[in-house]
Order: sequence, then structure tokens, then C-alpha cells
Amino acid sequence: MLYREAGDFSTTYPQDSQTFPIRFDRYRYYAVLFIAICVIPFVINDYWVNSIFMPFLIYSIAAIGLNILVGYCGQVSLGTGGFMAVGAYACYKLMTSFPEVSMFIHVILAGGITAAVGVLFGLPSLRIKGFYLAVATLAAQFFLVWMFNKVSWFYNYSASGQINAPERDTFGILITGPNTEAWATYLFCLIFTIASAVIARNLTRGAMGRQWMAIRDMDIAAEIIGVNPLKAKLTAFAVSSFFVGVSGALFFAVYLGAVEVGEVFGITKSFLVLFMIIIGGLGSIFGCFAGAAFLVLLPVALKVVGADMLGWPTDIVAHLNLVIVGGLIVIFLIAEPHGLAQLWRVTKEKLRLWPFPH
Amino acid sequence: MKMRLATWAAAALMAASPVMADLVFPSLDYRTGPYAANGIPLADGYQDYFNMLNERDGGIGGVMTRVLSCETGYNTEKGVECYESTKGEGSLVYQPYSTGITYQLIPKATADDIPIHSMGYGRTSAKNGKVFSHVFNYPGSYWDAASIAVKHIIDVSGGDVSDKKIALVYHNSAYGKEPIRTLEELSKKHGFELTLLAVDHPGQEQKSQWLQIRRERPDFVLMWGWGVMNQVAIQEAANIRFPMENFIGVWWSGSENDVLPVGEAANGYKALALSSPGMDYGVYDDLKTYIYDKGLAAGNGDQMGTVLYNRALYAAMLAAEAAKIAQEIHGVADITPGMMRDGMEALDMSDARMEELGFAGFAPAFKVSCENHGGSGKGAVQQWDASAKTWTLITDFIESDKSIIDPLIAEDSAAFAAENNIEERCN
Repeated sequence: MLYREAGDFSTTYPQDSQTFPIRFDRYRYYAVLFIAICVIPFVINDYWVNSIFMPFLIYSIAAIGLNILVGYCGQVSLGTGGFMAVGAYACYKLMTSFPEVSMFIHVILAGGITAAVGVLFGLPSLRIKGFYLAVATLAAQFFLVWMFNKVSWFYNYSASGQINAPERDTFGILITGPNTEAWATYLFCLIFTIASAVIARNLTRGAMGRQWMAIRDMDIAAEIIGVNPLKAKLTAFAVSSFFVGVSGALFFAVYLGAVEVGEVFGITKSFLVLFMIIIGGLGSIFGCFAGAAFLVLLPVALKVVGADMLGWPTDIVAHLNLVIVGGLIVIFLIAEPHGLAQLWRVTKEKLRLWPFPH
Repeated sequence: MKMRLATWAAAALMAASPVMADLVFPSLDYRTGPYAANGIPLADGYQDYFNMLNERDGGIGGVMTRVLSCETGYNTEKGVECYESTKGEGSLVYQPYSTGITYQLIPKATADDIPIHSMGYGRTSAKNGKVFSHVFNYPGSYWDAASIAVKHIIDVSGGDVSDKKIALVYHNSAYGKEPIRTLEELSKKHGFELTLLAVDHPGQEQKSQWLQIRRERPDFVLMWGWGVMNQVAIQEAANIRFPMENFIGVWWSGSENDVLPVGEAANGYKALALSSPGMDYGVYDDLKTYIYDKGLAAGNGDQMGTVLYNRALYAAMLAAEAAKIAQEIHGVADITPGMMRDGMEALDMSDARMEELGFAGFAPAFKVSCENHGGSGKGAVQQWDASAKTWTLITDFIESDKSIIDPLIAEDSAAFAAENNIEERCN
């Protein structure tokens, strides 16, 4: 009834190829953007931004990055945590070396440095595939974490080996450090999230994205029809690492403020982001958001319901949390192997026919 | 209409401002994960002491106390979530029992005017109250611990360690790296050779580190471990037949949970102690009457008398005492976190006061001041008796080598002050 193409005529090619061709969908998208940009910043407080919105937005960027590599280009990577660490440490070195430069530039440069590192570790993908590539990226994960622990130049020779984000601003508004306003950090992350999603969406439906998908579906066939595997794979690594690096920089500088590489960017982080895109849906931008929301919000929701509302012991809630999240992951993978994005797609198909399904 | 709007506004304001009916002590504890074995006694002790105050005295200064638990799993991200979700409830002082979370909270809590008490952990240079206005680490710090351990080693080696080799097995994190700088200075001063062996989180894999110890044969091994890492290290030491009396853990590596799994082989293992072990203190009589006998004990109620349970009682007692002093300073019963900070800065734990509180002979007396947030910096050495399953203090409380530590603290805190544009206080 609401959700259908009827009466929605495209008269130009850009109209026909837009991301949300259905009018209702498009307005829903504008409404979400409007609420996110113009409503939430006015009502948000420290708790909401630090416990819910910031992790959600930052993990979404990381998931978008990994999804480009795994979901669109078919190159399995377990090095996300390590690449996030590259972004975080690059951002830290830039912040401390050039304190007067805007945070926007630091975060983008941190992404660029991560992209370069990503390309370096992407080189083996030209020779090895599948599980073997996963092992090679696993090596990147362990090597990078070891390096940031070992080489004290990266943490400015501090005694504890921790990096701490000093106060930095952009256009005079504090973005990092303890005295930030909730709306400022929220909007800062939101801008990066929206930009990442838009860029990723447009890259994946352009020529580059089609090359990635050709490589993913069958690399020999892709080569025969003229896709350069070197270029396709390395661009996928570069673009993916760029987004992952941006998320790592935001994770350290804006969200946590102090980071210990082994704990924050360990192998568990790589798996967490991988689970996000598997649950959300491989090869789908919406899936990145859905997966990040699922794995960030569910533990918080379970904690609020179990410990704060029902008053259960905190350790029981923490254990139940593991059981429930783990169980849901298993159920999802059995019932809907293509993730939450597929559920959304099916829902949209059903909505289109509703209320008269044939 | 105007009238009604004003009424609504007033009602909304009243609803929005929290009802200050109790003194909230958040407990960022961890009863799950690889550090749970150590986290459980700490959480239980903290909760039991405040519950006992409620039952016995009706809280502190007539205001009931409330312990707000939040499970962190020793994870910094969850620590942040816990901090944000509890700070709005009027939380008076944070004790995260995690150096990583402490580092995270130092700037945040200072900005929010909430004190942190990192008792014997956290950032050592926080001892310098001139720079760290809201962070306290009394009664001792990691650098004190390193110095005390080396003093003990010098003591048992007959006064000279210039030909000795000392290895440090440490948790590869901010926590484990803290003592390195002090140990390097001490090795320059006393001439011993220092070997550093890092163990990665969570510390179940230590074969290579102990192989190296077996090969290099250091005379003494120091350990900065936590959680499951402690048990594994002591087991590995036993496996290579390293003499246990030459193996010394920091005060976070010396609880019953660390040595019991190793059994007889752990006999003679030494660790530092911030307080005396055992249950022969007046406070346990009150705990028994008001908590244990009434079935109010936190958790499974099986941790009393253990080293870490005692430490949590100590931490809770110091927090309650600081709250009481804050009430006296400001003349109000419902104190704010800012007032609590003033109370902590004015804390004076004399032997007489400790005895009044049922902690006679439990720990050395110390005083906190605006400049010194670190207390006395004294610690003792305790040794494990595997057959009796008890810890015994084998030394008095030893003073740390301030000539080494004070310049390091001044240097590190000055770096922090410069990084964050902090003006020195207490002038």
C-alpha cells in the first residue's frame, strides 16, 4: 500500500538509478537522516552517546570497511583489529605532532595511512586465496599489535605503553578529551558514518564495485573478461582499510580516549567486526548498520533489562549475555544465512505486494 | 495558562533532579572472564563492608550507603559504559580495579568532578596531587612495590645484588609495564641485571617465557600478573623447579586463588602485601554478626579472610572513612562527589583510628595531603604455606626507596601536566 512503485515514474537515467527508487523508501531515508542530524544532537546526553551511539556509528564504519573487502571483493580478512590499531596510532601520532590541525584532517589522514598499510598486507592476496589469505591477514593482526606494543616511538615513549588522546578541536569545537560535549562527538562521528556509507554505496555500484564483485564471484572469469585482478584486489584492500582506519582513529580519539593496543585492538575485535557483517549481511551497506546495531545494542539492552530493571546479579547477566548473543548468532545463521539485510529485503518484497499478495 | 506552565516546569525540575537519599559507591567489578578469580573476592568484600555499615550504623553519618555493581569483565569498553551509566546516580568514588580502565577514567572523572581511588594500581604518578586533583592511589603504588621487592631481594642476598640477575614477568599492558622504569633505575643504582619478559593478555600461554627463565637462570623472578596469568606463572615456575622463595609477585599476584591450584608445589612463593592477611580483626566480628549470620553475604559468601577480600574491605573502609571526613568538613550528610574528593584529600588513617574501626594492626598508618595522594607507600612481604594454606607476613612494612621514585613521579606527572595544560595546585 505505502511501499510500492506504482505512480513513481522515472523520466531521467539518474532518477532511475538512484539508491532508493521507491518514493516511500526515499522519504524514510530522509527522515532517518533528519532525525539523526537535526533531532538527536539536541536531546542526546553523555550516557547515550558513549554507550550506544558512538560505538554503533564507529563499528558501522568498520563494518562498511570490512564488508567492502569480504562481502564485495570476496577476500576474507581477519586483520580488522590490527588495521583499526593502525588508524588509532596514526591518529595519535598526528594529533601529538600537529596539535593545531583540525581533527577532521587527522582522521582522514589516519585513514589514508591505514589504506597504505592495508595495500601492503593485501599483496599476498594476489597469490593466495580463501582460508590461506585469512591466515595471512591473521598474521597482519598479530604483527601490528605486537609492533605497537614493542616500538615505543608509536606511543611517544610513555611509561605505560598507553596512548591518550589530548584535547583537540575542529572549528573551535572540542572533539577529543574529557571536556567534550555529547552532541559534538556524536555529530563528528555521524558525519564520518554518513560520508562512509554514501561513498561505499556509490563505489560498490560503480565500475570499481562491479570489478570487485566479478573477482568475488569467479576470479578467473573476471580476468578473462578484462578485470585486472591486481588493481581490483588492491583497491579493495585500500578502500576497505581506509574505512577501517577511520573507524580505528575515531574509536581511539573520540570514543575511548585512551587505548591499550593488545586489549582494545586484539583478535577479538577482528572477530567482532566479522560477526557484524556476517550477521548483518555480506555485500550490503544496510547490513553493516544492522550488524553493528545488533552486536552493540543487544548487550547493552540485555544489561539494562537484566541488571538494572530486573535486579539480577551482574555476573549472571554477563553470562546470560554471552549465551543469548551466541545463541542468536547461531539461530540467525541457520534461519537466515544471508543476514539481517536479507530479512529486510524479503520484508520489502512482501511490503510491495501487501495487502494483495498473489 | 502561564501558571500551569510554571507548575509543570517546577514538577519537571523536581523529577529531573535526583533524589539524594543515599551515598552511592559504584563497584566496577568483574565476576566473569579470565580475571574473575581475582575480581570476585574484591567485589564481595567491597559490598559486604558497606552492607555491614548499613546494618550496624545505618550507613555513614546517618545516610544509608548503596553499592552499585556494574560488570566490566576487565574490559575497557564495558568500563566506559559502566562509568557513563553509573555516574548520573551520584556516584561518589570509582574503584575500577583495572589499570586500563583507570587510565581511561582519569581525564573523564576529573572533568566530571568525581574522584578515583586506584588503590595500589593505576597511574603511579597520580601520587602527585599537584597535577592529579581527582586521582588517589594510597596507600602504595607500583613503583613503591618494585622498590620494596628489590629491597627485600637485597635483604635476603646479604646486602649486595651487584652480581644477581632479576627477571620481571609482566602482563603486557599498562599495568605490567608500569614498574619497568623504576626497576631500570634500581638496576642502575644497585647493579643487578634486569631481564624483561612480557606475557600477553590473558596470560594462559607462558611456556616460552619460562623456557627463557630456565635457560638464563635468573636469581630472582618478579611478577606483575593478574587473573589467570598468576596461576599459570606459578605452575610454570613449579614445573621448571624454580626455587619458590626467589619468586616474588606484586600485591596483585599474591592471593589464595593464585597459589591454591598449584598445590604443594607453590609452597614458599612470596608476594607483596598492602595489609596483613587473616581474619583476626574486630571488623570480622561485626561482619559475622550483621552480615554472614544474617545470610546477607555478597556472592557465594565463601571469600572472607582471603587476601583480596581483605583488600576490598580495606578499600571500602578507606572510602567510608573519607566520606565521613567529607561530611564533617562540609557539614552535610548528603555529600557530592566533589565533597568526597575533599574528604579523601583530608584522610588521616592513624593507628588509633584503625583500631576504632576494627582494623588494629591491619595496615600501616598513613596520611593523605594535597600534594601527596599516594599515602605512605609501605608494603610487606608475605609467604605462602601450602600445607597450612595460609599467607604469613615475613617482614615488617618496608618503606620504598623515595630517592628513586620521587624524581620519576615528578617527571611523569610533569609530562602529563604539559600534555593536558594542567596548572599545579596546592600552592
